[in-house]
Formats: sequence, structure tokens, C-alpha cells
Amino acid sequence: MRGTAYVFGDEVNTDVITPSDYFGQPIEVMAEHIFEPERPGFAEEIEDGDFVVAGEHFGSGSSRESAPMAIQAAGIGCVIAESFSRIFYRNSIVIGLPALTVEGATDHISEGDVLTVDFDSATIENETTGETLDFEPLPREVQQIFDAGGIIEHYRQHPEGLRIDD
Amino acid sequence: MASTIAEKILARAAGEDPATVSPGDHLICDIDMAMSHDLGTDGVMEHLEEMGVEELWDPSRIVCPMDHVAPSHTVEDANQKSRIRRFVEEHGIENFYDVGTGICHEVMVEKGHVRPGELVVGTDSHTTSYGAFGAAGTGIGFTDMAYVYATGQNWFRVPETIRFDVSGTFGKRVSSKDLLLQIAGEFGTDVARYRAVEYAGEAIEDLALDDRFTLSNMTIELGGKFGFTPVDEAVTEFVDERTDEPYEPQRADDDAEYEAVYELDADELRPKVAKPHRVENVVDVDEVVDVELDQVFIGSCTNGKFEDLKAAADVIEGNEVARGTRFIVTPASREIYAKAEREGLIRTFTDAGATITNSTCGACIGMGMGVIGDDEVCLAAQNRNFQGRMGADSSEIYLSSPETAAASAITGRITDPTEV
Repeated sequence: MRGTAYVFGDEVNTDVITPSDYFGQPIEVMAEHIFEPERPGFAEEIEDGDFVVAGEHFGSGSSRESAPMAIQAAGIGCVIAESFSRIFYRNSIVIGLPALTVEGATDHISEGDVLTVDFDSATIENETTGETLDFEPLPREVQQIFDAGGIIEHYRQHPEGLRIDD
Repeated sequence: MASTIAEKILARAAGEDPATVSPGDHLICDIDMAMSHDLGTDGVMEHLEEMGVEELWDPSRIVCPMDHVAPSHTVEDANQKSRIRRFVEEHGIENFYDVGTGICHEVMVEKGHVRPGELVVGTDSHTTSYGAFGAAGTGIGFTDMAYVYATGQNWFRVPETIRFDVSGTFGKRVSSKDLLLQIAGEFGTDVARYRAVEYAGEAIEDLALDDRFTLSNMTIELGGKFGFTPVDEAVTEFVDERTDEPYEPQRADDDAEYEAVYELDADELRPKVAKPHRVENVVDVDEVVDVELDQVFIGSCTNGKFEDLKAAADVIEGNEVARGTRFIVTPASREIYAKAEREGLIRTFTDAGATITNSTCGACIGMGMGVIGDDEVCLAAQNRNFQGRMGADSSEIYLSSPETAAASAITGRITDPTEV
């Protein structure tokens, strides 16, 4: 996965990601307005497969699933942050949007840097700086959901549930 | 190994021995109760259809209140609610609470769906409220909830636990909301990120259940996954009046491991205000007393409870709302509204010039009513002051206790309730 980084600060909350003005609208419409209170016109700036990079506690606030869904629908390939709010993290896994936790992400990645994410080695190569960053691999209970392409797909493949027999 | 409340509840729900469970473990848990509100249920229904689910896991463990937009303000919303009514009929969901019953979290506890020691999920971030009744309550998204409605299970990461030990006694017109804002201001809104919180100490034990609810409810504003207050007789009496279901309270072991323990003193607390646009932007009320207000709001799952209304009515009784300021009061449930009416609080508010609304999320989320316009300023006894939450992007929201909000409605600017 390769794309350009767009860097945000700490505590980007769900009211910023998906402003309540567009509540109840189709996800494609919400996707056109992501991050609007902080960065009007963001959705037009980006290309498919680009990355959102952020500081601490990305996605804090409400449990609205439209936040990661709108990011995914806008074409963002994955979100890289120093930490995530719990609910945003869950909601990303559940729809199959990679949410990668990288210590010091905003110290090592700047606006416009070109990144390549390798899931097998759990690393991010910053082509602009030449630096390689590690991200925390997912636990296997979670990885199985992501591997299936989200929890709905997981259910279709394994209607019996999530328990892994050792 | 000794365990915290979160470790015990999650271990029980996963069928594991708590002694073998540690923070960072991922468990597949069986859910005790699941709740989706009007905005959530419609999303859950879509996903269930996509999954091809015809029969739900256990309709008796599913609760569907309609609260976020209530009553409907658009045809679209009315149609959505019709779909939900058909859905609960088709699936035999008896725990359905139509428009007007109350805000989902208040309804959940009033109707006996929250019991100590149980694992409860809801399509709402303030599901942490149930910690005030000893339940591990936490918010999940629509798709995650569809999975729960289909299977009765989901995955959970066992969180680290932090504890706030609060000594002393709350002063007159200083409340648990001020304590929560103090914590947010002093330690930041990520102090509990992905962690369970236990609130302990004499000041917490002395609080009314409604006021403990405020702490558990706003634990999500500290980033928390669960927010527990002690399970004592007040809790078990309340629960036993509302349900015959058996339950088993879980208490932390004396030598349980906490990631951090913070000490606070209720005696030193002053009324607090969170300035726009972050909950951690907290100052003493004295620092913002010049701020003029277009609207004052008391309501939401955080501050629309009976004790909140009682405390606010005590401040505003015999006074009038300032010219140029709108004062909106939203009781969190019909049961609270009725009790407030019996005890004369509704009369006190209306005599002062307040607008009393039906029970709904309404103004707190800027939906259906109580919306604020461009450049307007609102002081709200609610949970969040994010930019644009209650209306225009250029508007500003300050957060406070119901006491401070009521005092400010009288003067039309932010006012110290201890000086009224």
C-alpha cells in the first residue's frame, strides 16, 4: 500500500472527521466533507490510497461508525496514529480499514511524505526520509476479522463465532 | 492473581478464570445485554440484512429505545422510526421504548436492564454510564452491534485499570460534574484512554446514584472504556426494585493491580467550566464570569437526571431567566419528568421562564431542537463541547454543572453558583 501522508494533530474527534451537518446523509456525501471543520476541501485534495497520519487519541468522541466509513469511502488507504480512541479503533477493524498504531508517528512523518505500508512485516517505509517505522501487529482475535475483510464477511465465513480453538 | 472489576467481569463473560486474565489479553465474550438507539438500530438492521440474519441471538437481551431525535422532526426521520417499529415487532423485541420514554442510558437503568457484574454494550459512547451500577458498559458501532445481535458475542481487549481516590466532602453547589471536569482539566482527556476507571473513596460513596452516573457517563470523555463506582446498598436496592433477574456484583480485590492511582480532595473543589472546544479546557468558574450567553441548557444523559434538575431548581427558584438568554431544560426520562413535576421542580423552572422539553438527546447533539446559530454562545450542563456539536461551526459551547448553568441563566453570563 503506497500513498501520500496528510498529517493531523492530537485529539482529532469524530465531530471533525464527520461533521454533524451531514448526519443521516449517504456515506458518499459524508466522505466529501471529512475533516471539513479543520481542513475544508480535504476530500478533493486526496487521491485513493493516501494516508491520514495523526497524533494521540485519533477518533475520540462519539461511537459513530460513519467516521471510519467516511474515511474509507473517501479513498484513504489506512490511518496511522500515535494512538486511537477505543471506539474508533474497533469501528475501523470491523469495516476492514487498517488503523495502525505507530509511536511518534507525527515526529517521523510530515505532510506530503510518501509512505509504503507492508502488513506482513508490520513496517512503514517513509520514502521521503528513508526511515522505516514499526507498527504494532494486530492480536490474532482481531486479525481474523481484518483478514476476512471485516466482521460481516467473517460472519458469512464463520457463522459459529469468533472463538479460536487452540 | 488479584483482579480489578473490569478483569473480573470480562473474564466471567469469556468463561475464563479471572486469575488467568491480564490487561492486553483479547477475549471473546458473551454479552449480557445489548442496546441500540434510534440512530443505531437502523444501521444495525441494514447490516443484519447484509449478513443474512433472520433470527436474532436473544430478543430478551436486546433493548431498543428511540431517543436521539424524538419526536421526529422530518419525514425521513419518521420513516426511519417506522422501519424500527416494524423491526422490533418482527423480531419479538419486547424491550422497545418509543419516543418520549427517555434518553437511552437513563431508560436502560430505570427499566432494570443494567445489573451489577454484567457486560453491556450499546451503540453509544456514553454506555460507560452503567458502571455506576457495577456493570461493564461500553460503546460499540453499528456493525459490531449487528454482530452481537446475530451471535451474542464479540471481542474485547482486557483494559488496564486506573483509580481515582476522592476524599472529603463536596461543598454546597459543587457536584460530581465539577469533579469530572477537574479530572479532565488536571489529567487530560486521554488519562483513561482504552482503560477502565474505578472511582473510589468517601466522597464517591456519599454521592447519590444520579451523581455517580455523571462520573461513569463522562468516563468516555477521559478516553475510558468502563467507569465504575462502588456497588453498595443504594445500587442493589435500585436494581432489585426494577428486575427479578439474578446478578452477581464484582468487586476489585484489595491487592488488585492499578496502572495508576490519582488522589483528589472534594473539599478543595470549586465549580468548574470547560471552555470551547475541548472537555479538558477546564478553568475555575471565576475565570470566565464575563462570558455572555445566548443559550443555557440543562439536559442529556449526563445532566438531565432528577438530582441534576433538583440542584438546578434550587438555584433558580424565585429568580427569572435573563432577557436575551434562552434557558432549555430537558429531563432525561419521562419518569424523571413525572417525579420533577410531583416535587414542584417543573413549576419552578417554568415560573423562572425556562423551556421544558420532552426527554430526548436534542440540544446536546444539535438535532431536532435547541440548535445554536452563528457565533452564538451556549453554556451547557451536558457532556461535550466539540466545535459545531450543538449547531453552527462558529458557535461556542462551555460546559458546567447544572448548578452553574442555572445560576448563569439568571444573569445571562457565566456565574458562580455559590454566589447566587
